[in-house]
Amino acid sequence: MEQTLTEKILARKSGAPEVSAGEYIVSDVDWVMIHDSTGPLSIQGLREIGTPVFNKDRVVVVFDHFFPAPNVNAARMHKISRSFVAAEDVSCLRLDGVCHQLLAEDYVAPGDVVVGADSHTCTLGALGAFSTGMGSTDIAGVLSTGKTWFRVPESMRVNITGEDAPGVYTKDVVLEAARRITAEGALYRSIEYTGDYVEKASVSNRLTLCNMAVEMGAKNGVVEADAKTQQFTGRKGVILHSDPEAHYVENVCIDASGLEPMIACPPVVDNVKTVAEEAGRCIDQAFIGTCTNGRLDDLTVVAGILKNRRVAPGVRLIVVPASYRVQQEAQRMGIVDIIHEAGGVVLAPSCGPCIGRHGGVLDENEVCLSSQNRNFTGRMGHPGSEIYLASPATIAASAVTGVITDPREIL
Amino acid sequence: MRVWRFGNDVNTDLIIPGRYNITTDPVELGKAAFIEHRPDFTGNVKPGDVIVAGRNFGCGSSREHAPIAIKAAGVSVVLAESFARIFLRNAINIGLPVMVCPSLCDVEDGDDIEVDLTTGEIGVPARGVKLRGEPLPVFIQKIVEKGGLIPFLREKGYV
Repeated sequence: MEQTLTEKILARKSGAPEVSAGEYIVSDVDWVMIHDSTGPLSIQGLREIGTPVFNKDRVVVVFDHFFPAPNVNAARMHKISRSFVAAEDVSCLRLDGVCHQLLAEDYVAPGDVVVGADSHTCTLGALGAFSTGMGSTDIAGVLSTGKTWFRVPESMRVNITGEDAPGVYTKDVVLEAARRITAEGALYRSIEYTGDYVEKASVSNRLTLCNMAVEMGAKNGVVEADAKTQQFTGRKGVILHSDPEAHYVENVCIDASGLEPMIACPPVVDNVKTVAEEAGRCIDQAFIGTCTNGRLDDLTVVAGILKNRRVAPGVRLIVVPASYRVQQEAQRMGIVDIIHEAGGVVLAPSCGPCIGRHGGVLDENEVCLSSQNRNFTGRMGHPGSEIYLASPATIAASAVTGVITDPREIL
Repeated sequence: MRVWRFGNDVNTDLIIPGRYNITTDPVELGKAAFIEHRPDFTGNVKPGDVIVAGRNFGCGSSREHAPIAIKAAGVSVVLAESFARIFLRNAINIGLPVMVCPSLCDVEDGDDIEVDLTTGEIGVPARGVKLRGEPLPVFIQKIVEKGGLIPFLREKGYV
């Protein structure tokens, strides 16, 4: 039978010649990730199961959701994870970036099965892997056995053609996908991104596409790996392809060339409009970073806009590189200086203010324009604050003007 | 059992904001359930009360703190027109009963509701409302009854 990419990866890791959508399988897991927020519950689960970890070199522990600890509770959570790492001799404890970015940089290879105790684990599908988020108890089971069960998801195809018009970026494309598919339109499904736009896209932009898959309800997002993937990761892995006649439950076609800069308005990710429609709205905070858009190409675009400009009075611009590697490169290229000279703040790599725990928490009636993936009520602070989602270019342009601004106006 | 009515796309940040889940203590999590989205919830929810929601309940983060908070607050079952997939699996794994019911628009906040998780029968006798949910498969009902996956496996002698 003709199979999709997701089916092929899962078949290979479950030891079956083929699997098909709807089937329940037990799969080997190549990488399991926990972070400082969800890790302690997973560790508690593993303690209850009563075994050691299945492989100390396949478990990645990342402190990113509240690192460095902003309060005593956070410090306590870190202590639980540190004790676990020491007791189990886990080889990968990372403090230098957002979990999904670090997994992309240093661990995951094409063809891998990856699970993480974080919903945006779907990001890693950008490397031609099957990668999905799970809760702490499921992750405890994986920590113990190195395996887990899945219902093989139906696949839907998001075929993206064309090229970015000036001022339009992959974030705008994926917001358009969210608008079309809605927050529940891909529930339980796999989203496979295809088309010449995706083939030409950088690995960084593919990570942006797959990162948002869960915002449409999907179990995983996936892109076929290629030579670019192998070069980015430095790992060969196993490159698999969807069969030409593989079955997709739905096909969504997006022509990137015809798009404008897009913005997701509060309080749900599929409330997407053009930036032009929302232009002029005052912002208090501009945040660029996260697993969605905190990579070097994002910061390069931001620096291009901020160079020789100043952030508008009354607006705070916060930039958080997705990893130390990104930060180091941004420093070397002078990007960090440009952001500072424009009046922005650059924080150490972490999730930053995305989840409202540190580094830029919002008060009542404040508006933040963010490059992150969620705009839920109260996520970044006070429930009376508002989050708009857009591309780094739109955010940088808006930081300069102080109001939501179409980046084409100042590019 | 009193109904607490919620709408569509109730996400995990509404169930428990990230700032409140820096703990693994169920009691603390239960105190923070819907703390900002529905501030009257924790002070008034009674053991056995029922959450009735629309589509895509529990979308967003994978935080297992969300179903733990709901369970610890005393809720006996969450009925929804559909669940986000990570939340559904988390709820089963921690022993929070959940059931899909294709249409719940006749159920209102404050209704006195009866739910049979085995047959799927749902009723609001005072207003003559009768609905049928989709019970979980029997083996999954057993996991939920035992309080979640790990207690279930322990009883079976696997852990």
